[in-house]
This record gives sequence, C-alpha cells and structure tokens, in this order.
Amino acid sequence: MSAREDGQARRDARNTWLLSAPALFILTFAAAGPLLIMLVYSFLTPGDYGNVVWKFSTDAWVGTVLSKDIFDGTYSLADAHLTIFWRSVKLSLITTFFTFIVGFPTAWIIATRSPRMRTALLFLITIPFWTNLLIRTFAINQIIRNEGLLNTFLLYLGVIDEPLLIIYSDFAVFLGMTYVYLPLMVLPLFAAIDRFDMRLIEAAYDLYASRWQVLRRVILPIVRPGIVAGSILVFIPALGAYVTPRILGGGRNMMIGNFIELQFGQGRNWPLGAALSVLLLVIVAVALVFYVRITSRESSNG
Amino acid sequence: MKTTLAAMALLLGGTAIASAEGELQLFNWGDYTSPEMIEKFEAETGIKVTITDYDSNDTAMAKIEAGGHGFDLVVPSNSWVPIYIEKGLVQEFDLSKLPNHANIAPEWLESPYDPGRKYSVPWQWGSTGIAVNKTAYDGDINTSSIFMDPPEELVGKVNVTPEMNDVMSLALWYVGGEPCTEDTEVLKKARDALMAAKPKWLSMDYGMTEKMAANDVMASVYWNGAIFRARLKNEDIVYGYPKEGYPLWMDQVMLLSDAQNVDEAHQFLNFIMEPENAAMISSFARYANGIAGSDPFMPEDMMTAPEIVVAEELKGSGSFLPTCSPKAQEYYTAIWTELQK
Amino acid sequence: MARRDFSASRIPGFATVAVLVFAALYLPIMMLVIYSFNSGDSIAIWEGFSFKWYPVAWNNEQVREVTFRSLTIATVASVIATTVATMAALGTTRRRGTKGQTFIYVMINQPLMVPEIVTAVALLIFFASIKVATGYQGLGYLITAHAAFCIPFAYLPIRARLEGMDRTLEIAAADLYATPWQAFRHVTLPLLMPGIAAGLMLAFVTSLDDVVITLFVKSAGQDTLPTYMLAQIRRSVSAEVNAISTLLLLLTVILLTAFFLLTRKRD
Repeated sequence: MSAREDGQARRDARNTWLLSAPALFILTFAAAGPLLIMLVYSFLTPGDYGNVVWKFSTDAWVGTVLSKDIFDGTYSLADAHLTIFWRSVKLSLITTFFTFIVGFPTAWIIATRSPRMRTALLFLITIPFWTNLLIRTFAINQIIRNEGLLNTFLLYLGVIDEPLLIIYSDFAVFLGMTYVYLPLMVLPLFAAIDRFDMRLIEAAYDLYASRWQVLRRVILPIVRPGIVAGSILVFIPALGAYVTPRILGGGRNMMIGNFIELQFGQGRNWPLGAALSVLLLVIVAVALVFYVRITSRESSNG
Repeated sequence: MKTTLAAMALLLGGTAIASAEGELQLFNWGDYTSPEMIEKFEAETGIKVTITDYDSNDTAMAKIEAGGHGFDLVVPSNSWVPIYIEKGLVQEFDLSKLPNHANIAPEWLESPYDPGRKYSVPWQWGSTGIAVNKTAYDGDINTSSIFMDPPEELVGKVNVTPEMNDVMSLALWYVGGEPCTEDTEVLKKARDALMAAKPKWLSMDYGMTEKMAANDVMASVYWNGAIFRARLKNEDIVYGYPKEGYPLWMDQVMLLSDAQNVDEAHQFLNFIMEPENAAMISSFARYANGIAGSDPFMPEDMMTAPEIVVAEELKGSGSFLPTCSPKAQEYYTAIWTELQK
Repeated sequence: MARRDFSASRIPGFATVAVLVFAALYLPIMMLVIYSFNSGDSIAIWEGFSFKWYPVAWNNEQVREVTFRSLTIATVASVIATTVATMAALGTTRRRGTKGQTFIYVMINQPLMVPEIVTAVALLIFFASIKVATGYQGLGYLITAHAAFCIPFAYLPIRARLEGMDRTLEIAAADLYATPWQAFRHVTLPLLMPGIAAGLMLAFVTSLDDVVITLFVKSAGQDTLPTYMLAQIRRSVSAEVNAISTLLLLLTVILLTAFFLLTRKRD
C-alpha cells in the first residue's frame, strides 16, 4: 500500500465518523439511547397497574421462551410466541416480495421518464401517503368489505356468487401492508435505477444477450443496493407493524407489534414487553448485518 | 349567581401564583368533549381550554405517571379512580370552590370508588352490552350467550370489543362467577368458555358504530352510546342487556396533583356540574351524565332511547366493575393474552 | 427470430404493472374523496351528496391546529433527518473497510428494528424526566423524536444512490483544484439529488403518519392529526376527517401542478 493510499484510508476513517456524528447524536439521544431503559426494565418486576416495580427479576426473560400456566404454575414452551413470530415473519416476507414484484417495474418506469415527468411521478407515488395511515387503512377496508367496492364489482361481473370474506383475514393484512409499504420499496429502487446509464442495457442487448440475461447480468447488479435498501425498509417495519394488523386483521390474530403493544397496554407486563423487544432488536440486527454482508459480497463478486 | 361565581373565580384566579393566566389543559378521550360546551365555558370565564386526546386508560396512566405532561384534568374510568388516588397522582377538590357539587345525583355521590366524590366529578356513564342486527338473529338478545355461545345465525359475524375488564367480567358472570374473582375453578371455566367461543367470532375490534350500521358485523359486545348512534343510521340494530350480568361504567374528571391551573380547573369542574352544561356533554357523545336536573336540557331522542334508559327488569343485572386485586388482575391478563393470540 | 430494438424505457409489461400500481394506490384515495361529500356522518354508508363537511372541518379549530402542527413537525423533522442522513451516507459509503461502519449502519437503522410502542415508552420515560428537570415542554421533543426515527428512511435511499456512483468525476474535480466543498457542491450533490429527494419524501410522509411515538411523547396541547384521529377510533371516524384529507390532497396537487408548470421552460 502506498503512502498516499494509506493517508487516504486514514482520512476516510476520520471522515466516516465526522460525517456520521450528527446522525449518531440524534439517534443516541432520541432512539437507541433511551432504549437502554428498556434493557433495564426487562430485568424488573411488573407493577400491578402497568409500569414497573424496582425489584430485580428474570421472569420476563424466562417468559419470552417459557410460559407459566396460571392455574397450576407449570412451565411449558411458549409456543404462542413462536406462532406470533412466525406469522409476522411470514406476512412480512410475502409483503416484501410482493412490493418488490410490483415496485420494481414501477420504479423502472419512473426512472426512465424525462426529468420533469420523473419528479411528477415520484410525487404521485408519495401523495397518497400524505393522507393519514389510519384513514388510508379505513379506505382499504371500504374497498374489501363484504358490501364494498371489490365485492360489488365482482358480483356484478358474475365472477363470484357471494361476497368474498376478505376483511379481518391475514389476506386483508397482507393487502394493507403491501399498500402501506409500497413507496418504501419504490423510492430506493428508483434512486438506484435512476443513476444507471440506460445505453449500457441497450448495448448489452445489441450484443445479443437475451432479455433474461440482460436482467440478470446487467440490471440486477446495478439495482442491488436499491433492492437491499427497499427490502430492509419494507421487511423490518412490517415485522413490527401495529396499525394495519389491528384495523384490517380485526385484532384476533396478533403480530409481534400488537403482542408487544399488549404488554405495555392491557397486558400490564412492561418487563415482558421490554424483554421481547430487546430480543427482537437483537435478532433483527444480527439478521441485518448478515444480509448486508451477503448482498455486498455478491455485488462485489459481480 | 353565575356572575357572582365568575367574579369570585376571577378574584381567586387573580391571587393564584405561578399559573399561566386563564388557561386550562384537559386530557380526555378523543371526540368525547362537546365543542359547544367548551366554547360556552371560554366565553363565560375567559379561560382558554386546550384539549389533548388519549385512546386508552393505560396510555393516559402511563403519561400521567411519567410526569412533565402539563395536564390539569384527566378523565379516567371508574376502575382506575382508586389507582390514581392510591398512587397520589390526583388531589382532593377544594369543595368551597365547587358550589355545584350539590348537583351530583345522589346515586352517584356515594360511589364505592370515591365516597363523597372528593376526587372525581361524573363526566358520562353507560353500559357495556350486546348489540345485535335483528335481520340476522331474532331471538333473545338480553344474554351473553350471543357472544359466549353464538347462535347458528351469528357464527362468524360477532365482534367482541378489545376491552379486557368488560369482556372478562361478562364472561365471569356468564359462567356464574363474579368480576375480580380469584377462584381458579371459575376462572378456568371462563377461560375455557372464551377459548371455545373465539373461533366463532369475526373480530375483536373498535369502530362498531360504523361497522354495525354498515352490516359488516351482525352482533357486537359494545358500549351503549356508540350503539345508539349506530341505530340512528340503521334501525335494525337493537341493544341488549345481558341478564347474567353486565358492566356499568363511568368516566369522571379528576384534578391532577401536578396541575398548573388549579383554580381554572375548579371553575371548569363547577361549570360541568351545572345541569344545562352536563346535558351539552351528553348530547354530544350520547351517554348519560351524573348530574341531577339535567333531564329538561337533554335531547328528546335520548330520553326515550332503549340504549340509554334501561328497562326496569334488567336494571338489577348491571353493576359497576370493582378495581381488581393484583392477583385477580394477573389472572385476567393471562387469560386475555391467551385469548388474543 | 426477428429482434426488435430494445429500449430501456419500454420493457414489455412494466408499463402495465406501473399503471396498475398507480391505479391501486389511488383507489382508496378516491374512496375517501368521494365519502368526503357524504351528507351523512359515516365513512361507510352513503347518504347523499353534500359539501357540509368542508365548512365543518374548516371551522373546527382543533382540526386546523393539529393539521398545521403535523405539517410543521414533518417539515422540520424530515429536513433535519435528511441533512444528517446525507452526511452519514457520504461518510459510510465508498470508503474502504473503515472500522465501525457496521456499527454505524446498525445504529442508523435501529429505529426500524423495534416496534414503535417500545421506542414510545422509552422516550416517554426519558423525555418526561427532562421535562420535569427543565420545565420545557415545547415541540422540541416531538421534532427530535421524529427526526430520529426518520433518519433510516432518508439514509437508505441516499445510500442506495451513492453506492457504486463512481468517484471519477469528483477526483477529476479535485485534480482541477476544486476545494472538497466545491467538488461536493458542484459534482457530488447534483448527482446525489434524486436520492436525497426520495429520502426527504419518505422521511416527510413517515413523520406525517406517526401515531404511537407521538401519542407518548406529546405534552399538553400537542395533538397531531394522527393522534387526533386515533383517539376517535373508538367512537367513530366521521366524514369530517375525509374532508380534511381531501383538502390536504388538494393542497399537494396544487403544489405539484405549480411545480410542474414552473419547471416546464427549463426542461
């Protein structure tokens, strides 16, 4: 390594920290830092009416994996937690996949318009999200309910004989989450596609690469950072989603977000809620690091 | 008399120290406070009222307990009243500033959770019962079996409100127990009955005024005032009072210990105990109030509504929910968590 | 097989999907606009055409206040978040193996990783102690909290843009004796702009939508549009909120059209 490169590396390192400092400061003050309170709370005893009592206890951590039968006091594996966790992961994965399937062509179309059109389309994607999440979710409910737009239309066409029961199902939650998280997929994809010189593809195509080869060999590697960003922005928030499952799922089948919320609300078990969220945080953080490592290695291998 | 009062209040307000001149911070359930009533209060007293909303007793308690919130008055439900008092989060009223305290109806004055009403002024009260769309089911609706053991016609069409205390109490009464019981046999029965009923439910959700009116849900455990409003839109909806037992509830205004505007708060409390003003609150959210003499000011349709006026033979089944012991509470939450999975 | 000319802007099927996506995005929005003209107070049952909810919403002082507050917080918080996220993105991409990059990456994305309620309760406890100690109860808490959870939403699109953006131009600028600031201002920034725009937009709508954290952090008199609406769920949401949403929508459409017309000449 030459002296010049060495100096460059040192400058890079210093700049990394300097440039990240303001973001890290805000996050330490108003996000990650206060979460240490949760770590502490996870080792305390729940108060009778919410909150915590300052008495050390590991019950909450035991409670994340084992559940105590309230009547005979025996412990068994907390399979309900696994059910909820699995349901959340499954729904979030499907949502991420589906937002990508429809989001990629959309982002592509936006990125290949004229600059003025591009800006307009970007706005068009985000405008629905100026409307409050709750109102949007109610509006979706309006469309899929028994006497709603969708069923009326399908009945009119004669596709179905009686209304499809969509509201209050996992499918409704999936539809709602896809709707809510779509821009989180489209915008990063757009940002990645947009910097790309389209003549490259046309050149590749001229060299008799098939459409599939062009997609796999030329386009995918270029938009990979966008896919990584988009899937993180969709998958992780979807995992902890609260409003959509509550309104469209009807509150019968919880997701992780609802389950943790329950502990801080009517469940009145703040330590368990804290322990569950610390656990979730660790799982997601580890998964994220692996995901980023793997995807960046793939892209450097080209 | 009102002018004398206002003058007196002004005088008192003038001598108060360290309080922002003429403002009041009310922390209340969303969409629960009549804007006309607030306007009238502001016009009469010159005090600016700011309303901040919450959506559950738990959220309200968490925020009040954390401190630094800036609220003067909060409106908790009856079972939370003793908790606020016990935790020292609220202060006793200065009854000399509340001449209208005498207007509290006698049956509400001697409440089990705040004898003599030294800490709480009635805001509104109602019941948690069962609403049924009679085009879907025409049988007896004054029973909890509508949701604990739904008739054929209602299977998959029932909603249960996600309120732990209400639902647990209804279930305990249904299996022959009492709310806040620590008897594990009864609790087990209630849990098993609930778990067996759950697959027959459609949802555990709020927003039933809309959903019942729009025929999305055919039966629901819900609050009387909300169902009253649903019935005004859809006359097929009827409201039943379970004969096995059903909860009555009351939300009341309490004065926080760290309130900044104590005098303004007293003026407000006195104001809402004026029968005419109490009626304004009721006609907005459609629940009864606890102030004697407000009837002449109430809207006509409320005085005859079966959702508001309980039939004589069903009155005995309703009761206020006690504040459960920590032990009973633990059973409740365990069953409730299991139910929501 | 005859090969047609390939054009990046015309991949078969893509346009169809995009059109469907836009249609699906606007379908619920159309529903709520239609119901804002409902003469009944319901958002589910149509009772006839009426304009009555517009004056109702407009004259509701609380609604005006909470809407204005939401827009203020979203604007300030998203600008802060995007600024610091842009800096962080510049600091953490295109640099070889700096130690701590993984740590920074996880820290920045941390707000995504726990359900909102957890951050909300933690912030409630932390900020309440500051509120008690300092006596300050202003909007600063909400803005800081929003800025914090908006950072990953701004950071990820910017980073996606920056990654692989080659440095030749910047190095060329440096070789031409441009100061680092000049190189950034005239070379990097314009190239980065689409990513910054995407990040800013995401941060803005994320802040505008937040319910749970706001509910727990707000002091007296600090309701935002979402917390105002959440608190109404138990009662029933009236067509009034549809009217508010429609007015907001109208505002954005006007802004967009104005922008579109103003930039026409330069195109």
